[in-house]
Amino acid sequence: MPSASPTAPPAPAPQAPATGASRRRPRRLGPGDRLFLAVVIGVPLLALLVFVWLPALASMGLSFTSWDGIYLSDIHWVGLDNYHQILTNYPPFWPAVRHNVIWLLFTALLPTPFGIFLAYQLDRKLRFTRVYQTAIFLPMVLSLAVVGLIWEIIYNPDTGLLDGILNAAAPGHHVDWLGDPDLNLWAVLVASAWRHTGYIMILYLAGLKGVDPALKEAAALDGANGRQTFLKVVFPALKPVNVIILVVTVMESLRAFDVVYVLGGGVGSKPGMELLSLLITDNIIGESSHIGYGSALAVVLLLVSLAAIGTFLVQNFRKEDR
Amino acid sequence: MTTTATAPVSPARPRDEPPYGGAVSKPPRQTGRHLMLATIALLWLLPLLWAVYTSLRPYADTSKHGYLSWPRGISLQNYTDAWNQSGMPHFFWNSVLITVPSVLGTLLFSAAVAFFVSRFDFRWNIALLMLFTAGNLLPAQVLITPLYRLYLLVPLPAWMSDSLLLYNSTWGIIAIHIAYQCGFCTFVLSNYMKTIPGEISEAALVDGAQVWRQFFQIILPLCRPAFAALATLESIWIYNDFFWPLALIETGDKRPITSALANLQGQYFTNPNLIAAGALMTAVPTLLVYFALQRQFISGLTIGSGKG
Repeated sequence: MPSASPTAPPAPAPQAPATGASRRRPRRLGPGDRLFLAVVIGVPLLALLVFVWLPALASMGLSFTSWDGIYLSDIHWVGLDNYHQILTNYPPFWPAVRHNVIWLLFTALLPTPFGIFLAYQLDRKLRFTRVYQTAIFLPMVLSLAVVGLIWEIIYNPDTGLLDGILNAAAPGHHVDWLGDPDLNLWAVLVASAWRHTGYIMILYLAGLKGVDPALKEAAALDGANGRQTFLKVVFPALKPVNVIILVVTVMESLRAFDVVYVLGGGVGSKPGMELLSLLITDNIIGESSHIGYGSALAVVLLLVSLAAIGTFLVQNFRKEDR
Repeated sequence: MTTTATAPVSPARPRDEPPYGGAVSKPPRQTGRHLMLATIALLWLLPLLWAVYTSLRPYADTSKHGYLSWPRGISLQNYTDAWNQSGMPHFFWNSVLITVPSVLGTLLFSAAVAFFVSRFDFRWNIALLMLFTAGNLLPAQVLITPLYRLYLLVPLPAWMSDSLLLYNSTWGIIAIHIAYQCGFCTFVLSNYMKTIPGEISEAALVDGAQVWRQFFQIILPLCRPAFAALATLESIWIYNDFFWPLALIETGDKRPITSALANLQGQYFTNPNLIAAGALMTAVPTLLVYFALQRQFISGLTIGSGKG
């Protein structure tokens, strides 16, 4: 066996310095390495394209067609007709848009700043800070379906906590929190805020930990109080985190589905609680499948999402163009 | 440069101690802050505690005296009822069958992609990374219509799915979880792998190690902390997912526990005590994982989104 060593090909030795100039280039990779790398990128990429990007593009394609969802041969090109229909002749569309906008504004104006505020309060030497963090973050660990059921027990008009208290305080009062179309969206928003606050708090705490303490000390030496230090020094220094939080808030508002679905009784959209995401599932899973409508709605959601996704990608990949 | 200049100065001073005694190091009294934070924390726990309270009371007690009343009896009866009557063990098992392969598959796939884009200088690396990351950010509802139709078209052998289709099968749910979650994990892992010095790969190449050995024997073991964080986070996310099984599994008995909860709600909508018990039991695995692996969970969340 050891006698085999002299037969090792000496050929590469003089060649090596010539190619050495190109550093870390895939040129040095042998055929086995290339095959391995091809598999390593090829299989996940195929999965991503087939299960995520192909359906996303197909949604765009189907939005220009009319289809009952049964035979592929029944797909007819109708141009912009679906869009025209949902804009003018589909009653739940504008309420859904309005509710999504309310969802976004509410989330951006209340739970998000509140989460930031809590993070700032907790980011200091403080006893029990882990206990507070754990308690406030806890809802984020629960599934949205469980969150929905927990709030169902609070909002239920006959057996719920809220009406129980209301009834004890002023007998005869009876509010149907989830049934009243003027109220139910807000009831759901409270449940969603309960979860969102802890998420923002944890994201922001991580950001605050990265801020150079010297910055705060310098501001304190210059006589800035806590609020001034935060608004004028810390907040601007955390621009990357702020962008992430903005994107998270927008994305969560667009994706909102599960809590509404569960609190709506699990039957699709309910008056007062229509959201784009729910209308999409209404149109594909219900017995009256309007694939075209559903897809046009999906494209509306996709376009708004892409704006947020673009912001996120720009923020994260700007610095890394090698 | 500046560090070498200041280095000789520092030993002269007593090691970074505050100049005037203990006056500065003693934290200020923060009673007000504690009061506020404790109130908020309690308020945040209240819905959960209310669910726990409701779940512990017999239905007869609450229906007679109302829910807002002192308990006359506390028992775990609702838990045993929910467990036995609605087939929860079966749904928990479905959740395990979906969650475990999905998490492992997601980690393997995303480690592979992250290895590719972060350890080699290929031309399309950034574009690939963006494609994966953006894929995870698309709202699930944008994909669902064509995905639903696709699943109805793809046949599977009988040993994989008794519906003979990707629709209505555990495999279909695992596949979409892996494809969809891969983006987030790739993003996190590629950031992590970039911090591993390039010299390690260089040395391995010079020593004649093939790329696959580099991947399995050098890079993967070094990423263990990132894997721990992502595995924790993804297990909870995938276990908690509600939407894919709702849309892609038709028959109730194949759904994981999170989606099957909706059945429980429909079945027992008149008995909130039972629903509370069911919901809380569903939450138990995630709560256990969270309390046991809190650090991993939070670091997974923050390295992903809080980077920069």
